[in-house]
Amino acid sequence: MKFNKEVLIKPLNRANPVTVLVLGICSALAVTAQLKPALVMGLSVVIVTAFSNLIVSFLRNGIPNRIRIIVQLVVVATLVIIVEQVLKAFAYEMWKSLSVFLGLIITNCILMGRLEAFALGNKPFDSFLDGIGNGMGYAIVLFIVGFVRELLGSGSLFGIKVIPQSFYDAGYANNGLMILPPMALIVVACIIWVQRSIRKELQEK
Amino acid sequence: MKALRNFLDKLKPTFSEGGKLSALHSVYEGFEAFLFVSNQTSKSGVHIHDSIDSKRVMFWVILALVPALLFGMYNTGYQHYLAIGLLEQTSFWQAFGWGALAVLPYLVVSYLVGLGIEFIAAQIKKEEIQEGFLVTGILIPLILPIGIPLWMVAVATAFSVIFAKEVFGGTGYNIFNVALITRAFLFFAYPTKMSGDSVWISLNEYFGFGKTVPAVDGFSGATPMGQAAIATGDSLQLTSPLGDPLSWWDMFLGLIPGSIGETSTLAILLGGAFLIATGVASWKIILSVFAGGAATIFVFNTFAVNAYMAVPVWEQLCLGGFAFGAVFMATDPVTSSRTETGKWIYGFLIGVLAMILRVLNPAYPEGMMLAILFMNIFAKLIDYYVVQHNINKRLKRATLSSNPAKTTPHE
Repeated sequence: MKFNKEVLIKPLNRANPVTVLVLGICSALAVTAQLKPALVMGLSVVIVTAFSNLIVSFLRNGIPNRIRIIVQLVVVATLVIIVEQVLKAFAYEMWKSLSVFLGLIITNCILMGRLEAFALGNKPFDSFLDGIGNGMGYAIVLFIVGFVRELLGSGSLFGIKVIPQSFYDAGYANNGLMILPPMALIVVACIIWVQRSIRKELQEK
Repeated sequence: MKALRNFLDKLKPTFSEGGKLSALHSVYEGFEAFLFVSNQTSKSGVHIHDSIDSKRVMFWVILALVPALLFGMYNTGYQHYLAIGLLEQTSFWQAFGWGALAVLPYLVVSYLVGLGIEFIAAQIKKEEIQEGFLVTGILIPLILPIGIPLWMVAVATAFSVIFAKEVFGGTGYNIFNVALITRAFLFFAYPTKMSGDSVWISLNEYFGFGKTVPAVDGFSGATPMGQAAIATGDSLQLTSPLGDPLSWWDMFLGLIPGSIGETSTLAILLGGAFLIATGVASWKIILSVFAGGAATIFVFNTFAVNAYMAVPVWEQLCLGGFAFGAVFMATDPVTSSRTETGKWIYGFLIGVLAMILRVLNPAYPEGMMLAILFMNIFAKLIDYYVVQHNINKRLKRATLSSNPAKTTPHE
């Protein structure tokens, strides 16, 4: 069992599922108005991607090609329901605020993409690392977007006020547009902009 | 003139390739082109049929905006002195001067931020500076309420110049009207500073002029549109800030609270006439916006179920930003339809949408901004279908005229 660092590191930046492959955008818009749900959502996706990659990779030689999507869906749905039930039991408020988007991890394009593109053709441990890497790549983007949106939109981080009252007294106001979904797209666009100015090889011709 | 020319010529080597300030090449170029006609001519492939360039078009639009700007300054002062109850003791020039001082900072901020970003973008892209912001910079203050903090204007201007214009490729490539994006940004980001009763009339003093005294009793800062949106009951009486009923003439002349440049339909129509006379704006768009609005209001009047729906056409067309949007925003040559049939459709739908948003949606007292931005998206789609329709029509005509020859029975 060789530790393949490349598989783990690559999706964090060079092959980031959100900013380079532009997958999983819908939930990036929906749950990032606040930092806490964004973080929990990111971690949930890390767990689900990692273990579904692992399980599907174990099964890969036994899955008939014609029904592989159904098998993948069963695996993913099981994991998502486990994550959802754990959150419901131990973090009820968080489960409520994430609401339907937790269940929608099943349809997250990143998951199906990694299962199809990686887990079906690679060894279990590599697939596990690939799942963690891609989940983390997604979580990092969600974290940055959530950070910017909560800081500028609500003046707080993790629900704690960080912009001092004296700022508000001097005329500062929270940017209400940051709370609205369009701004998440623009923040993601800014991340892509910065990333591609640094890594010139990612720029499309 | 000669001295200026010599001065520029002396500076030229510093900014040319290899000079000390060659990085600021396009800044020099921009100022030279602004002050003089560029003395570089194209060598091939360009056919100039008259002397109109975008510098002159921009300048004409600015000239057309001057009546609305000057009236906006006066009205700002007028509303201020009206609100604090000192209108009788105030001369015309005092009100105008106060209003000018209040409006000027917005102009300065909008130009500084917008042009600053355009200059920087031009240096980075190694292109010439484009003239596009000259008009946008004057439009932005005119569509804002006087109470909005300057830093918000700066943030919004920066946002819209970067994300609505430079990202798309600069002047002439933007999909949305840049000034309206600025307003939309402010409207959604800082709603308390962009709508409501307290933002339309300034009670501050500026540079030691005017007085910061509380408003007189019975004062209400709601615009006519704001009053109409929250009105209940069967009859609607629009009033001035002191509670006096408003006549149609007040609305047409524009001595009512509202965004700085939008209140006076008269001043806007003067500018509009100038734009049509110089051929800068399309009369088809202006006319069809008004026609669309009037037609919608006519339908509302016929089926009126509340007082707002029964407001007559001539008052609706003069209220809010409708006239300003029709004349200066909808006609933006970059973001509007370009085919002649398309202009009619584009303008008409703006008028219809603006009135529907305004009258039927209580959350938005004014719908002109959203209507124009929405139709900006569809402008090119309308063009596409107009062109396709024309192609199909001509194809059909061509096959019709060639068919008889083909099908003549030879067999």
